[in-house]
Order: sequence, then structure tokens, then C-alpha cells
Amino acid sequence: MKSKNIFSTLASRLNGPQSIGHSPVFWTIFIIFIVLLFCFPLLFSEYEVVNLTYFFSNLFLAMGLSLIWGCSDILSFGQMAFFGLGGYAYGIIGINLIGAVSNTNLAFLGGILIPMAFAAILGYFLFYGRVSGVYVTIITLVSTLVFETFMAQTAGPQWAIGKALLGGYNGMTNIPSIQLQIFGLNKIFDGIPLYYFVLILLIAVYFFLRYLVNSKYGNSLVATGSNTLRTEMLGYDIRLIQVIAFAIAGALAGLSGVIYVAWGHYITPSTMGLTTAALPVIWVAVGGRKSILATIISAVVLQYFAQYLSVTGSEYAFVILGALLMFVVMYVPQGVIPPIANYLNKIGKKRSVGEPVCHEEGERT
Amino acid sequence: MDVLAGLFSTVYIYLDSIAFLLLSALGLIIILGMMGITNMAHGEFMMLGAYTAVIGTQAGLPFPISILLATVVVGLFGMILERLVIRRFYGNLLQSLVATWGISLLISQGMLIALGPSLPSLPMPLGGFKVGGHAYATYRIVLALIGLMVLLLTWWLFNRTKFGMRARATMQNAEIAQALGVDTTKMYLIVFGIGSALAGLAGALYVPTTVIGPFYGTSFLAPAFVTVVVSGGADVITGALLTSIVLGIIEGSFSLTWGTTIGRLALLIATMLIIRVLPTGISGYIAARGERKR
Repeated sequence: MKSKNIFSTLASRLNGPQSIGHSPVFWTIFIIFIVLLFCFPLLFSEYEVVNLTYFFSNLFLAMGLSLIWGCSDILSFGQMAFFGLGGYAYGIIGINLIGAVSNTNLAFLGGILIPMAFAAILGYFLFYGRVSGVYVTIITLVSTLVFETFMAQTAGPQWAIGKALLGGYNGMTNIPSIQLQIFGLNKIFDGIPLYYFVLILLIAVYFFLRYLVNSKYGNSLVATGSNTLRTEMLGYDIRLIQVIAFAIAGALAGLSGVIYVAWGHYITPSTMGLTTAALPVIWVAVGGRKSILATIISAVVLQYFAQYLSVTGSEYAFVILGALLMFVVMYVPQGVIPPIANYLNKIGKKRSVGEPVCHEEGERT
Repeated sequence: MDVLAGLFSTVYIYLDSIAFLLLSALGLIIILGMMGITNMAHGEFMMLGAYTAVIGTQAGLPFPISILLATVVVGLFGMILERLVIRRFYGNLLQSLVATWGISLLISQGMLIALGPSLPSLPMPLGGFKVGGHAYATYRIVLALIGLMVLLLTWWLFNRTKFGMRARATMQNAEIAQALGVDTTKMYLIVFGIGSALAGLAGALYVPTTVIGPFYGTSFLAPAFVTVVVSGGADVITGALLTSIVLGIIEGSFSLTWGTTIGRLALLIATMLIIRVLPTGISGYIAARGERKR
């Protein structure tokens, strides 16, 4: 009996008011899609798999941005800094310890927890200091630029932590793959195993976030985004609520950084530049920032699109993305995917198929 | 004599830092500080000014004329942009930020495709002078003076003329200003044009000091935002002057001892501390104190 209760609570949390599609049709499509993704390496070449892994690596960051921007109206440009911090932390710990312990457990954890801690500190400073709205955005932007400038001047042998050379503008190289040791099992994740590792992690994080936004905490987070003052007057500590969301988003950005460096074995400060910092904002804004699922879809589609353009020799990828961002904010500020989902709902006459809402009130400053 | 020379070198570095912050912020003071548009394309406006100045000079115009040309061209560009895009976003800080970021990508990447990764740089005009064995560029001192003059002129325009009063009325409460017979649409257009023109001017002024490329504006963006944000909304123009002096001295001191990166870091940390302590910015703090005294 009790287990059934837990199950139904869990199901209601996943299908709660802030959620992203509850109908059987939605779940059927969702499961078919997951199965297809698991079959992907059987159907396509390893090149395609490795490529898709790269696209997936950015999704954690995008989901985190969707959480703080979509749910609680905090637009942070700090995500790229946390991404870089995660990557560098993983690289530094990994390079130093891989020879001694032949796993990267600690590096993996460090790559998530260090950015999380930094996000918590920065978030504490911002939200407990009552900094709000666009000022948060500007301070996070400046932080990212400062971190980039700092890392870019770390060239030369004096900038080394243990065996890891930071490498200045050329970046840090020879970063080991993810190698986890759990209960005596030691596995290196590279190529196709890395794809499965990232895919499973992605599904886990998606469900975690879906659970989170529908929990009591998630409701209060959305309330904070909808009307900060009212939420505070109702007795919620909005500062703590925002700091927690900011730290979670920082951890997710760090996770993206870890997977990115483990995938490519190197990281440079330019991964944190202004142009690259624009990309997650474009994915989230174009897809529909209030829905985590819409964010995921648009991030993958836009990354494929940008890659297609650059492979075909066109230089217009960023120009088109910039124009896209501008037009989306002008004409469909809620993003492209939610209206499509609404339309599908009307056709299918089903109750909320893939309808993503974090909060339904109008746009606010 | 050595003491005097050392003192001069310190003052020179402070002046350079202050001028940099002030000039970077010139257009943004109006566009963000007064109009409430978080203009992420501010750096690109400056880049367009720089490009106009370089192309003008290459075409044979004297450098000062090219600077004026850059001011006019970017001002007109800003007015076109205001009509097409910006006017949807007045008062909406966050949405205007995202939209103008799109514009910023569009301009810088478009320029990269159109004119390539760099333009030939111009030589430093006005030569230099020597104090105590160290060489200094006259142009950098002229920059600081021009920055101060333009700021005073802007202050005069917005605080001492009829146009300025109408403009401020529009920014404070457009509906009432309209009811009193101010053409607010035109006001928005002109004020945004002035803001853009000032950004173009600042961009053109810094041409001889650095390499000109499509991402020229990036290095100005953070200092500009920091100056305007720390200045606050109460009286953004005088606030900007005070802010650039305070922040310029902080940045200058740290750069002097530990290099420019640490200087930038100090600038950021100082900004965060000031915003934490004075949430309405320096000008808001001064305004509040003034009221308490009365």
C-alpha cells in the first residue's frame, strides 16, 4: 500500500502544475523518443554519435538556464563561467590524480561541486544583497568576462596547479576521459559509452528538474519569478529560494563543462567569451524558456543547424542566430515551441499534450 | 623632481582609467540610464563609430572630421534601429537586453563577413611629451578632456534646455508628457539617436589606441555597464562622472601594482560591493542624503 502511495505522489509531482506535458500521448511519444535515442549508436556511425554527445553535453547548462530564467526570471550570463570553472576544475583535479588513483571520481565531483559553490557564493552576494532583474544579468556578465580575461593570461609555467598547466589563451590540454570507479568497477567513458553515460545522466537530470519544479520548492520558485514582492509578503524567504536555484543551475553548467572537457580533452578561455555566452541564451529563448523540454529540443536543433551551416562553408551561422534571437524576442517572446505545442493540443483535443508552462502570466521586466 | 615625475605618472594612469570608463559609458548613460534599454549592442555601436572613423580617414578626411562623421553616422543608425526594433522594449530591461544581444551578434558577425577580421589601425595623433624620463601620449590627456566636455554638454542639454526638460519628462512619464503636448514618439527617437551618436563618438575617439576589428566594442561593454549601473538612476549624468572617478582610481591603483587583469577584477569586486551597500547607486545615495539634509 505504502509503496503505491509513494509512486502516486511521485507521479503527481512529475505531472504537477508547472509541468511539461502530462497526457498518455505525450508520455508515449516521450518513451518512443528515448528508445530511439538509445538505439542511435546502432543506426548511425560513431562520428554521428560523438557529435551528438557534444550537443548533449551543453544541455545540462541549457536546462539550468531554463530553470533560473524561465521559472524565476533570473537571466544569468554566469553560466558560461560556471561551465568553464567546471571544465578547469575537472581538468586540474583529473590531470593530477589520474596517475595516482586511475579514476576521475574526485575530478567529476569537483567539476560539479566547485562551480556550485561559486554559484552559491555569487548568488548569496546578489540575492541577499537585493540585487535584482537586469543588474543580476550585468554582474554575472562582468564576472564571466573577468574570469575569461583571467584565464587568458595564465600562460607560462608559473601558472600550473600540480601537474596541470593552465596554458593561458591556448588552454589546458591532455585532460583525461571520465573514468569512474564504483564498487570495484572501473570504467572509462569514451566514444559510445560516453554517449550512453551522458544520455542516462540527461534523462536523470530532466526527471530531477521536472520533479523539482513541481515540488513545494518549485512552486515557490515560480511564485518568486511571477511576483517577487507578493511571494515575500506571503512569508517565503525569496533570497534563499533564488540562491538555491542559482546554485543548482551553476552545478548543471559545471556538469556541462566537465562532460565537454572529458569529451574534447581540452578547454580554452574562449569557451567563456561573449559570443559563446550568447549561445545558451539563444537556445533557451528560442525554444521557450519556461519549458525545460522545449529548451532541450531547441538546443539540439539549433546546434545541428549551426554545425550544418559551418560545415557547408557558410559564415552566416552567428548572423542568423542573432537575427533569430531578435525576432523571437520581438514577435514570440514566450519562445517558438510552446505555441506549437498549444496548436497540437487544439488539434488533438487532448488535455495539455507537451504543454510547457512555468508560469502563465504575461512578460515582466 | 623624481617625486613629481612619479606623481605625474600616477595621475596620468588614473586619468586614463577614468577617461576610459567615462567614454565607454557615454552613450549608455542615456540609453540605459535614462531610457531603460539594456543596450547589449552598445559595444557594436562603438565599433561602428570606429569603423566609420577609420574608413573616413582612409578616404582622406582629417581625423577630427572623421570622428564627427562617425558621430553622425552612428546616430542615424541608432535612430533607424529605434524605429524598427527598440521602441517595442521601452521600460522592459530584460527583454531589451535579449533583443539587443541579438542585434549585437548580427552587427559584429555581419561586419566580420563584410570587412574581414581587422582594419588597418591609425597612428596616434598629437605626438607625446616627456616627464622625468618617461614618455606620455598627449592624445590620452586630450581624450580625458573631451570625455569631460561631452559629459558637461550632455548634462547642459538635458538639464538646462527646453528640449532636455521635455526629454526627461518623456522618460519619466510618457503619458503625462504626451498629455502636455510633447511629441513623445519623436522624443524617444531623438534621445536614442543622441545616445547612439555619443557611443559612436566614443568608439571613434579610441581608434588610435588599439586594433580595430569587428569585436572592438567587446572590451568597452563591461566598463560601460559597470559605470552606468554603479552610477544609478537618480541623476545618471553627474553620477557617471563621480562613478568613473571612484572606479577609475580603484582600477588604476590595482593595475599599477598588480597588472591590468587584477585591475579589472578589482573593478568588478568594487562594483559588487557598491551595489550591495548602495542599491540605488552612487547618484541615488547622494540624492537621498540631499533630501535628508533638507
